[in-house]
Amino acid sequence: MNKVLMSGNFVIGEAAIRAGCRFYAGYPITPQNELTEYMAEHIRNAEGGVFIQSESEIAAINMIAGASAAGIRVMTSSSSPGISLKQEGISSMAACELPGIIVNIMRGGPGLGNIRPSQGDYFQATRGGGHGDYRTIVLAPASGQELADLTMDAFDLADKYRTPVMILADGMMGQMMEPVIFKKPKPRHYNEKFMLRGAGDGKSKFIRGLLLDPIDSEEHNWKLFRKYEIIKKNEPRFEEHRIADAEAVIVAYGTAARIAKGAIKRLREHNLKLGLFRPISLWPFPEMQLRSLAAQVKKFIVFEMSTGQMLEDVRLALQGYADVEFHGRPGGAVPTPAELANVISKICDKRD
Amino acid sequence: MIIKTFFSGFGGQGVLMMGISLANSAMNKGYHVTYLPAYGAEMRGGTANCTVAIGDEEIASPVSSEPDYLIVMNSPSLFTFQNKITSDGTIFLNSSIINDRPKRQDVKVVCVPCADIALELGNSRVANIIMMGAFIKVSDIVTSEIYLKCLETIMGSRKKALAEINRKAFAAGYDYVKA
Repeated sequence: MNKVLMSGNFVIGEAAIRAGCRFYAGYPITPQNELTEYMAEHIRNAEGGVFIQSESEIAAINMIAGASAAGIRVMTSSSSPGISLKQEGISSMAACELPGIIVNIMRGGPGLGNIRPSQGDYFQATRGGGHGDYRTIVLAPASGQELADLTMDAFDLADKYRTPVMILADGMMGQMMEPVIFKKPKPRHYNEKFMLRGAGDGKSKFIRGLLLDPIDSEEHNWKLFRKYEIIKKNEPRFEEHRIADAEAVIVAYGTAARIAKGAIKRLREHNLKLGLFRPISLWPFPEMQLRSLAAQVKKFIVFEMSTGQMLEDVRLALQGYADVEFHGRPGGAVPTPAELANVISKICDKRD
Repeated sequence: MIIKTFFSGFGGQGVLMMGISLANSAMNKGYHVTYLPAYGAEMRGGTANCTVAIGDEEIASPVSSEPDYLIVMNSPSLFTFQNKITSDGTIFLNSSIINDRPKRQDVKVVCVPCADIALELGNSRVANIIMMGAFIKVSDIVTSEIYLKCLETIMGSRKKALAEINRKAFAAGYDYVKA
């Protein structure tokens, strides 16, 4: 397969269709419109592919929940305000153990905010923005290639754990073009007993999120909890960049990590030994992996395009074993690598 | 080596197209590349700009602090972005409609009257490709063969007439400037 130059939104769409996504519902919102547009154009070329431009974001999430219950690989996408609307549906999918992919191409918030790239939805994504004791797997790609790979992986994870998976990127990832090679998707493993396609001669199947008996409901919650514990153990993903001789480490994800890499390159030319720790899965957060770095590095600088959300997870992971500093640009502002390098060098100069 | 180029102008001048065509040709030459458009609630006549980073190593940041090349297709872009370019960088400007010149003394300036040349060629819409002809010759990032082949692929095979006028426009810009 040749390299192709595609915008991030298109890459997600193409990767999803290749991974076997056959039902997409979505409602337009900038900066993810091109993904909806791509699905409208291309999913029908795949056998059984269905595209629906729904009447609202809420309708879209419930449509994919329905198609997922019928055993189809499903996806919906939106940007920050639209994702807020989907939260009830996501909670419901988690409760009903329905696999499905929710793409959030984040923009500036809160409220309608603006349409510039931002990372203000970290809490909403990683804590589960809906009600109840649930978690969603959250993957944060930082390049065109990763958008392709993680989209395909997201479908496998969703099936494997029967849970909604969120792809958390931002407007810059969605709009930027990079060369991409699409990998061959793995064959799907999803037990037919979870698909509502008529009972046939067997026992009737049902999927529900309403459990009136508190003891049943408690047991269901513990069952979900045990599943999340397994995910926490098996699925943390991260990248380490120029860590070996680093005296301070920047922690950043997605677009922010790309800018941080640029800043690191500049600072290393001035003999500041910096590295990058980039969580790829935001939930499960690569907690132990980051903590083990504290044996070697005593200064961590969290950089986010928000006022400091992942910062909390970094503090929890480091448990006071190292100093944690923070720099943030919320609300849709994107710093240049030069600006970030300035800030970081000031932080490093600061005497303890 | 990482080379960052910043294209800017009015929406409708083909500013994003210039970036996409450069990014595609650099990819075909085997370089790492990123193309980052500024998107917004803009329309024809609004502002448009994009950043293309090209490198023989992994490109850390697609955002550019100080681009090496700045292409300006209209006056507002010149005022807004001339301070962005790195020292010793090159500014390409559409001298048909930009009467001012950069205030900075530490940059090279290449003036291409691309709107006028385009009118001579009989199609005002190819001004951007004329500018690309000048840019490809001076920057020498990719050869004109690679660029033109890429441009044809992007424009699609259905538009044969376009390929011809684009070729002419590219040659006009290429011949206008000294390497």
